[in-house]
Parts: sequence; structure tokens; C-alpha cells
Amino acid sequence: MKDLQLSLNQTQKVRLQRALEKLESLASKANSNASVTVADSIPVNYEDGLLKGHGTSEVNGEVVATVCGVVERVNKLVYVRSLRARYKPEVGDIIVGRVIEVAPKRWRVEINYSHDAVLMLSSMNLPDGIQRRRTALDELNMRSIFEENDVICAEVRGFQHDGLHLQARSQKYGKLGRGQLLTVPSYLVKRRKQHFHHLENYGIDLILGCNGFIWVGEHVEVTDDMLVDHKSEQHDTKADKSSISPEDQEKNYTPQQTRENICRTANAIRALSTLGFSITVEVIMETVDLSSSINVAIHEMLGAEFCVLVAEKEAVRRSMTKKK
Amino acid sequence: MEYVSPEGLRLDGRRPMEMRQIRGEIGVVDKADGSAVFEMGNTKVIAAVYGPREVQNRSQQMNDRALVRCEYTMANFSTGDRMRKPKGDRRSTEISLVIRQTMEACIMTHLMPRTQIDIFVQVLQADGGTRSACINAATLALSDAGIPMRDLVTSCSAGYLNSTPLLDLNYVEDSAGGADVTLGIMPKLDKVTLLQMDAKLPLDIFENVMQLAIEGCKAVATYIREVLLENTKQLEYRRGT
Repeated sequence: MKDLQLSLNQTQKVRLQRALEKLESLASKANSNASVTVADSIPVNYEDGLLKGHGTSEVNGEVVATVCGVVERVNKLVYVRSLRARYKPEVGDIIVGRVIEVAPKRWRVEINYSHDAVLMLSSMNLPDGIQRRRTALDELNMRSIFEENDVICAEVRGFQHDGLHLQARSQKYGKLGRGQLLTVPSYLVKRRKQHFHHLENYGIDLILGCNGFIWVGEHVEVTDDMLVDHKSEQHDTKADKSSISPEDQEKNYTPQQTRENICRTANAIRALSTLGFSITVEVIMETVDLSSSINVAIHEMLGAEFCVLVAEKEAVRRSMTKKK
Repeated sequence: MEYVSPEGLRLDGRRPMEMRQIRGEIGVVDKADGSAVFEMGNTKVIAAVYGPREVQNRSQQMNDRALVRCEYTMANFSTGDRMRKPKGDRRSTEISLVIRQTMEACIMTHLMPRTQIDIFVQVLQADGGTRSACINAATLALSDAGIPMRDLVTSCSAGYLNSTPLLDLNYVEDSAGGADVTLGIMPKLDKVTLLQMDAKLPLDIFENVMQLAIEGCKAVATYIREVLLENTKQLEYRRGT
């Protein structure tokens, strides 16, 4: 395990040790001895039939792991769920990525996968919200939508012959601005129903990308596409509004309170990721609340003391959920 | 010069069949996909793995397997006399090639077509056996990066001085001019992926020396396995359910 690159004093070391031991004791009841390393043989029952999944191979009639991870069994299927590997996309995942190239009719997006993802011009909604064929003019204006190094949010559409395709067919997807992008190991983010979070008391948006890219930014009102389509007579006024509002937003700058909230949330995520705790919106909010309740300055959240506090808090939280 | 004293002790106080202390640590480079530090006595090596990722040079892309690249460097401060070495001298190019070929043999490259895996190893302290230490560090880093491998490659050196086979030579013994065998094996599959020797040895003695090196490799493998298992367990329980 990565030793924390923090200078802990003696008491902090002991406290951290104790918290982690508690976590270990809580986890070990659930599944023990399921961890394997490269070239460990996996005990299987051949009589029931067997399907070898990811991270396994067969050597001399023995099932052997090819990655470090945890053995999972689903009926006949035996596979090794690897930790700390690159992101493996699944259709429908919500991801955050960075545009690295504007190519003909497509953007190339870096999403922490072994290949770059492709976002076609045709698989995203145009800013004006009209459904139509993409013309050569649209293609020339692609840079007005996304440029290189823009951070965007999209959904995994599927694998095509030329790689992984993304789509952004809703107003909630698209370019992200005025916030921070954080990268955490992708195994810490679980797939859930909801990946977009609007934290109302802080006025910020939180996007937990399945690929381990997390966006923390100022809240922006989403104008729902479908709604716009339905109210066709209001369409013009609304379209006008949305065309003005970006410029308006450019002018009025983010209030300091919001910026502090963004930084506080971002640092909470950083602390959780250095400790290797799974990152969900509940845990993030608890960490943020913990930091503000004991008046920790934002920059001190990355320090040793807060880290230890988070670990202790997590130990308490997990033992509580266990009891329930 | 006497490398093994009459009492059977070597210059640094080890027995002929004794290895130096080994230590491995995972996750030392923040931005890398996988990284490790590996120490064998005073030899200390850091390795970082990036990938599998998009191939940078399209002409090198292979449609059926991954491209593995390796870069070996020695820090200027790693040796006793601080020398400014030109990048890409013969020695480091050769060792880069050796490490690349050794690691490529164990990585399941066919599972990651059209990608590239970069391995960077740097010697922080050199005291003999840097080749072995680099391979061990690279193995740890690759497993940390979650790259599928057939087996863990481990490496160890052995030599023959004062008509005694010696395990894990240090710098003084290495530069004594005797035979120096560097061996890399896949312990589970029981296969040799690397065997290098400078100087000559009679066949029967060579077999003894090689047997000794195999024992060394297996000891390293046991240790690396422990480190990896501990790391995996930690990651899993910290993540929770």
C-alpha cells in the first residue's frame, strides 16, 4: 500500500494504525482469503463446470490469476476483479474527460482508458438544441463547442470498429467550467444510479465520473432539452435566454464563498483518495461537514491531522452500518 | 584479492549463499499507473509504469499486441564518482533492451492490442546487481498497474570467486573480474527468461552457480508475492464495500 506521503507524528501514527486495523477487522468478516496476486492459483471446483473470466488463465490444468485483485465468482464464472488498474468502460457509464484533439467530425477525449475515446459531432446535441443533420459548417465550428484541453462530461455509447464512442445527448452533458477536475483511482468510484449531484447548501455541482475523474464546480442551471421541445412556443424566448446567459455568466464571477466550497469539497475528495476509501457523495459530504464543524482551514485538509480524523470517522461510520 | 575469508565470510560479512536484505515498496510515484521502489542491500531502484495507453508513435502501433517500451537510466548521484553520463550510452541501451525483452515475455500483450506500455527504471544507488534490481522493481510496478502477466519475473545474480559460488554480488565482487551470472526466471512456470554471463565458467561449476541464482530468484519471488498480497488486501479493505 502506498505509504501516505505525510509526516505523521507518533500519536497520529498510532491513531491511524488503529483506525485502519478497525477497518480491516470489519472487512475481513465479509470475505477473507479472496485476494490473489499474479500467478496465484485459484481453487475451483471442476465438477460444476467453469468459465474463466478476466484476469485468469489456465496453466497445466490449473486456474491462475494474471492480475492482483479479488476473486469473484458468479455461478460458473470465475474472474479476478483488479484494483488499481485503468478504467474499463461499460456502456452507459457517465464519465468526465479531457479533449485532447479536434479531428474531422469528432473529438478525441482522454478518459483514463487504454485508448482515447471518440465523441462524434453527430452524437451530441448542438448548443441551439435543434435536431438536424450536421453540415460542413458545423464541422468548421467544432472548436466553438469544445476546444483542446476542455473538460467535458459524457456517456459511454459503446465500442465501434474504431474504438470507444461517447455520446452527449442531453443538456446535462457537455463542457464543464469554473471548477476543479480531480483524478482518483477508478476503482474508488462505484457505478450508481446517480452520478450528477447538486449540493444545494454549497451551490456546487459534483460529477463522479466512473473513470475516476471527478468534477467539482459551481452549480449551473440545466435547461432541460425535452422541456424545451415540448414548449415549442416558448422555445424562442428560452433559446434567447440560453444564448445570453453564458455571456452573462462569464461576466459575473463566482462568489468567494462558492469557490471556498469547491476547494473544500475537492480537498475532502483528495483526502479520501489518498486514504484509499471508496468515494460516494455521502462520504464526501460527511468529510466536508467534519472539516467545517471542527473549523479546519481548507489548506489544512490535506495535512496529517485531518487525514487521521477522516480515517477514524470512516471506521466509526462503517461499524455503524455494519450494526444495522 | 581475497573475496571469501577463511572463515567463509565475504567482504560485507555475508555467507556465500546469503542474499542482501531486500525491500520493496509499491505506489511511490503519484501520477504513474504503477510504481515501485526495490532495494537489494545498497542498490536502490525506482520504477514507474505508464499504460496501457494510446500509442504515441502511430507507425509503431501493432494491431495484435501491445508495444512495450523500457528506459533505463542511472542517476548521476548513484555511483561513488559523480559522472555526467550521456543519455543513451551503450550500457544503458543494452540494459533497457534486456529489461524490455524480459518483461515483454511475461506481459500478456495480446490482451491489449494497439496500446503501449512504458516502463521507466532509474537507479538511485548502484552497488552491483542493478540489472536484477531493475527487473524486480519493474515486476512490482507492472503488477501495481494492474497489467495482466503470465507470471512474476524475478531476477538475481550469482558469481564465482575464490572457487566459491556467491549469491547476489555487490559492486566490489562484481568488478573483481570473475564470472557474473544474471538470471531472470518465472518461478511458477519454472522458466528462464533471462540469462547473462560475462567471463567463462566450466560447465559443472556453471550449473552450481545457476542453481544458486535460481534459489535467489525464488527467494525474491516469495518476498515480492508477500508485498503484493499485503498491498492488495490493504487496497480492498480500505475501499470497503
